Amino acid sequence: MSHLATITIPKARVASSDMSAPPEQFVDPVPQEQLKVDVRNLNFFYGAAQALSGVSMGIPNNAVTAIVGPSGCGKSTLLRVLNRIYGLYPGQRAEGEVLLDGQNILDRKVHLPWLRSRVGMVFQQSTPFPMSIFENVAFGVRLYEKLRKAELSVRVEETLRRAALWDEVKDKLDRPALSLSGGQQQRLCVARSMAVRPEVLLLDEPASSLDPISTAKLEDTIVRLKREVAIVIVTHNLQQAARVSDRTAFMFLGRLIEYGTTERMFNNPRTTRATDYVTGRFG
Amino acid sequence: MSEASVSSPDQPLLHVRVRGQRVERAFQYACSAASLALFGATIGLCIMLAWGGWPSISRFGLAFFTSTVWNPVTDVYGGAGPIVGTLITSAVALALALPLAFCTAVFLVEFCPAILRRPIGIAVELLAGIPSIVYGMWGLFVFAPLFATYIEAPLMSWAPPGSVWERLFSGIPNGSGVLTASIILAIMILPYIAATLRELFLSVPVRVRESAYGMGCTPLEVVWSVTLPFVRRSAVGAVMLGLGRALGETMAVTFVIGNSHRLPRGLFDSGATISSVIANEFAEATSPMHMSALLELGFALFLITFVVLALARALLGHGDAR
Amino acid sequence: MTQDGTIFGRSGRRRLSNGAFVTVCALATGIALVVLAAILISLLRNGMGGLGLALFTQDTPPPGASGGLRNAILGSILLCGAAMILAILVGMLAGTWLAEYSRDGWYARAVRFINDVLLSAPSILIGLFVYVIAVRPLHGFSAFAGALALALIAAPIVTRATEDVLRLQPRALREAGVGLGTPYWVIVRRILWRAAAGGIVTGALLAFARISGETAPLLFTALNNQFFSVNLLRPIANLPVTIFNFALSPYPDWQHLAWAGALLIALTVLAINLVVRILTTRAKRP
Repeated sequence: MSHLATITIPKARVASSDMSAPPEQFVDPVPQEQLKVDVRNLNFFYGAAQALSGVSMGIPNNAVTAIVGPSGCGKSTLLRVLNRIYGLYPGQRAEGEVLLDGQNILDRKVHLPWLRSRVGMVFQQSTPFPMSIFENVAFGVRLYEKLRKAELSVRVEETLRRAALWDEVKDKLDRPALSLSGGQQQRLCVARSMAVRPEVLLLDEPASSLDPISTAKLEDTIVRLKREVAIVIVTHNLQQAARVSDRTAFMFLGRLIEYGTTERMFNNPRTTRATDYVTGRFG
Repeated sequence: MSEASVSSPDQPLLHVRVRGQRVERAFQYACSAASLALFGATIGLCIMLAWGGWPSISRFGLAFFTSTVWNPVTDVYGGAGPIVGTLITSAVALALALPLAFCTAVFLVEFCPAILRRPIGIAVELLAGIPSIVYGMWGLFVFAPLFATYIEAPLMSWAPPGSVWERLFSGIPNGSGVLTASIILAIMILPYIAATLRELFLSVPVRVRESAYGMGCTPLEVVWSVTLPFVRRSAVGAVMLGLGRALGETMAVTFVIGNSHRLPRGLFDSGATISSVIANEFAEATSPMHMSALLELGFALFLITFVVLALARALLGHGDAR
Repeated sequence: MTQDGTIFGRSGRRRLSNGAFVTVCALATGIALVVLAAILISLLRNGMGGLGLALFTQDTPPPGASGGLRNAILGSILLCGAAMILAILVGMLAGTWLAEYSRDGWYARAVRFINDVLLSAPSILIGLFVYVIAVRPLHGFSAFAGALALALIAAPIVTRATEDVLRLQPRALREAGVGLGTPYWVIVRRILWRAAAGGIVTGALLAFARISGETAPLLFTALNNQFFSVNLLRPIANLPVTIFNFALSPYPDWQHLAWAGALLIALTVLAINLVVRILTTRAKRP
């Protein structure tokens, strides 16, 4: 648990000596060389209703970026733009630019399987496929690569190790994935996504239905994985964001209000709204 | 990991080869072709009946629905007998089956002792699946003789001459007839309606019923004022589905209806339904006009059941019908 | 609880009417069960005697001779089997289309509606239809036509079951597949169909139970055959039509065979329904 940051949630602030009014929005930019995904002026619509307005933020590589905010603020919506999974549903559309290593993924010419092989996603409810544990992890790999059985086994084992699941399942790789516990299933989903070696991993409230121990294991895994990929995690749990992330973005009503390093966000939020949220004045 | 190729203006940006991508289109076409096939089969059925019945429709016009003359020798056909027979037997069957089915469903949901609940429920559901030919045979060999001896004969001999009862109970006391067929039909649709209604009653949220009981309602009041209004639309829809089944039923009635094209004058009189007529006569239809008349009858049956089904679906809600 | 204990007060009336209601309901259930039991008992009594080895080893006899129902049983198995293959093929694809590929426009709604119409259409009319399209043009009754008619009855059941159970699958399951970049048909085949397998199997079993007892559609398609035959292009013996013919005949031997056949069909249908129940209750217990 060494990654548990020693961050304290600040109590109500004493009035600062700075006499100017707090800004409406405050974004610490990410240095260009660290940038993996660059969201530029993103607007998103569910039919006629606008869910995201002018969101611009940079997501750094090899780091965990958390997106927090009250229900309905658009954090899941933003996440689902990053792998264009909203495209499954007619009537949902995005405007603006999202650059993955310089390529705009919102471009219509983008080959979606290519995008999704580079940007993986883990969902709120664990979604193990109705097949064995081995098959689940091998599923994505089989889509893109033609590996021999031995190579495939090696890849599956290596992926399960990275997801910190290997020791628990190595004797039952042929058992149905649905026989695992909730926490294990979720880590299996992480393994499944990692097996295709993506560069970005998106997590949509992955621990919301897990007990504290499973949550802790999952958070361990996430922090370890950041060495290899850029991770974006949506969570409604501020403590989790504090524990796990390097940067935190606070959203409200479809806008990005404040974005910066986690340490600064929790110790020294600049905008009123962020301060109120972080101190628990509203949730 | 994935092969990236250099993008060109017309190619997708950075392509990756995915196993199974080319079959995607074909699979989608196969699926929509399958649904189109079913769609086409039904439309084709309707068209075929109308087209095959056209010679008869154009020859006999509206008189077909009012005349009971059915004469293969002179090639003159009137379908009033079978049509009326279909409507009467189904209506009587529903009138007999519905109260019993409803009360059975209520019993199973409200009053039945807990241990008996599952067995009886299962029994009713299983019986709903028994093929109609079994009911037909039972009706012919077991029910009809008993009915003739213990009900028809006594009633017919009791009826005072010249009274309305004599007319009502007229016919041949051999066990077959319109009433017998209706009863067999009622027995056949009874488990089906009971099982469907029971499921509907069980779908009422427990809290709603509990709160009604909590107010001191008796079970009768709970059923009448709470459960029924809750499922009213679906219940009517389910009943209409049962009616649809009764209308189209062949085997359960063909054995015992007596096969006469005349309008039945009494309960024990012979009659016919559209399906019994088709079943009995189609294979040996003597002339093209005969066959066309049978097809016209089939078309009439199709229209009747179609209307009933459409109503049932409208009441049960889209895609909710069993 | 009651203001006055007599049966003339308002609460007394309520209790009285409730009591009457309970009695009526219990009576109704009793009547229904008794009648249905009577039918089953008759069936057992009349048909049991015929259930012997001879039933399965001898073919249908000419009137007055003894025999069995071997050719009819085999013919029915062939017909239902062929029909189910066709019905499952078409039904699963159509159900998948309705659940996964159709947009919720008027066409999809029409398809669903027409599917229900076909599901509840009088089976004798379906027999007529297949007569016109498969018997007249091919100049003869055939097992193929019979199987086609049965398939038209079974396919809508499978379609409905497939669509219903596919709709039950959580959205996230599909999204997980899409998120990996999987082509949609692979998601359907390897993930969704597998997850829905239980429901599809029960739907197919129920469809099989339904068509195994259907007589009317076979009357003008597969007709019947007194002899043992597996030729799909000729009329084929089958249980329901055999029962129909034998029951209406004046020969006691034939009538006994008809009872035995009816018992056989009833037992098959009951067995399949029981299996379906077991499968569904087991699926509900995780």
